Amino acid sequence: MVFPAIVVVLLFNYVPMYGIQLAFRDYDFTKGLTGGAWRGLHYFEQFVTNYMFADLMKNTVTISLATIILGFPAPIVLALILNQVKWRRAKKTLQTTVYLPHFISIVVMVGLLNVLLSPNTGIVGHILDWLGWGDFNMLASTRAFVPVYVLSDIWQHCGWNSIIYLAALSTVDPQLYDSAKIDGAGRWQTILHVDLPAIKPTIIILFILSMGNVLGTGFEKVFLMQNALNLPVSEVIVTYVYKIGIISNQFSYSAAIGLFNTLINFIFLVAMNAISRRASNISLW
Amino acid sequence: MELAAKKNKSAGDAVFDAVIVVLCAFIFLIVAYPLYFVVIASVSDSTLVSTGHVILFPKGFSLFGYHEIFKDARIWTGYKNTIVYTLLGTFVNLLFTLPAAYALSRPEFRARRFLMLLFVVTMFFNGGLIPTYILMKGLHLTNNLWVFIIPFSVNIYNLIIARTFLENAIPKELYEAASMDGCTHFTFFMKVAMPLSKSVVSVIGLYYLVAHWNDFFTALIYIRSNSLQPLQIVLRDILLSNQVFAGGAGTGGDAGGYAQRYADQIKYGVIIVSTLPILLVYPFIQKYFEKGVMIGSIKG
Repeated sequence: MVFPAIVVVLLFNYVPMYGIQLAFRDYDFTKGLTGGAWRGLHYFEQFVTNYMFADLMKNTVTISLATIILGFPAPIVLALILNQVKWRRAKKTLQTTVYLPHFISIVVMVGLLNVLLSPNTGIVGHILDWLGWGDFNMLASTRAFVPVYVLSDIWQHCGWNSIIYLAALSTVDPQLYDSAKIDGAGRWQTILHVDLPAIKPTIIILFILSMGNVLGTGFEKVFLMQNALNLPVSEVIVTYVYKIGIISNQFSYSAAIGLFNTLINFIFLVAMNAISRRASNISLW
Repeated sequence: MELAAKKNKSAGDAVFDAVIVVLCAFIFLIVAYPLYFVVIASVSDSTLVSTGHVILFPKGFSLFGYHEIFKDARIWTGYKNTIVYTLLGTFVNLLFTLPAAYALSRPEFRARRFLMLLFVVTMFFNGGLIPTYILMKGLHLTNNLWVFIIPFSVNIYNLIIARTFLENAIPKELYEAASMDGCTHFTFFMKVAMPLSKSVVSVIGLYYLVAHWNDFFTALIYIRSNSLQPLQIVLRDILLSNQVFAGGAGTGGDAGGYAQRYADQIKYGVIIVSTLPILLVYPFIQKYFEKGVMIGSIKG
């Protein structure tokens, strides 16, 4: 019964891994996935010495770190707030509402940003105008790109990502709240000393997982949000791989950049896992 | 929020409750208003929308945007393709994922630890875009409907959710009893395990469904032919590349303010037309959600 799944995974996940050697060879279309003559680290050198390299690294790390630093705690905070809402109807309504944006596709999401943030015709443009910020085109600004990217990401996924923390909070023994109250803890202290410790393991595991993706910054959204004006801050490794590889057909060079990206991701993951195992005995493997 | 319930609660707690109420109202507005705005903007006069006069209610009711959308052939092709890819894709997903999850959930299956490892590794490490692309080309999957269906037919995350559920919900004794009566694993899976797993089947079914409906990447990389483009690619052309309805109200950016205004109304309409189907499915499955997500949460 597991056979079809094994075939699919081997063919579509493991065969491309075997094809990674393309990054060390010259691509030759007659030889297919494994390429032609051996070139060693040639393409890696080409990438690291490329004038784009510093910018690509900087943009990728900036966007990823901003997403983690702001985006990671947001669902935790939201879950803690939702957990305090005792009126069931209000809680359900709020939950349903905050889950909704998660189902919007990335294309539509970026389209939404485009119409709402448009400086002349969008509603946010009008609000900025009204606040006296004038014609600030957030979509074409190098300063606004990262904030718009990160905040819209939080808007879209924060609610959905809070589900897992809410689930963890729902398993807290009610007696703990009672005894905290007897000890004289206020509501705020209960969050600090009962709720947070209860979801700590969940937080750590999810944090490790998200660190593993530090340079894997969502291709689709960045790609769709790119325009000629914000390109200096919006070109990241994955979009560059797409442009060099799929558009300009430099397969080996592009594969090398992709591998570089994967390796750094992996190092981040392993490092974070090691740190968390030392610090809290929680680890992915 | 049980304000009246507690008579002698401290001032600190009252402040705390007030803060929670304010925060919740704020969160609700921030999330709900943009969604609501898109709805009212799509049925309002586009001049009033673009000059900022539509704020709480539709003004100058107009279905011009929808009218243009339903006239557009690309939308219909995209819609048709997406529906085919979504239904067929989700069906194949479940067909491949559920039996695998069942097999991997059986403690007596010797190879299960090894196979899980084989699967989980792919969540963290992959060959990257270029080797995958060359493989797809080699298999003649580019510009082919099956590229939407086969390569991603097993999502490991969903597999883990299903496996964890089956492990916990279908006790070993149940199969033992059934096998006494001569039941094979296959009949047990079909007749007992699946009917008992409706909640998890609907959750991962919805995950797959949404993923197919919203898939943009696959078509961007592997599809060239116009007749195979899914809705998301058509949406990109309309929403982002401003290729609005040739021959209709606007032909793009340089056609001037008139065209841009109508283009915006079409965009609001397109956002709704393309997202509505997913939002209609969601409430029916919502009750299973938290349960499903909780089950699949962390444990690998």
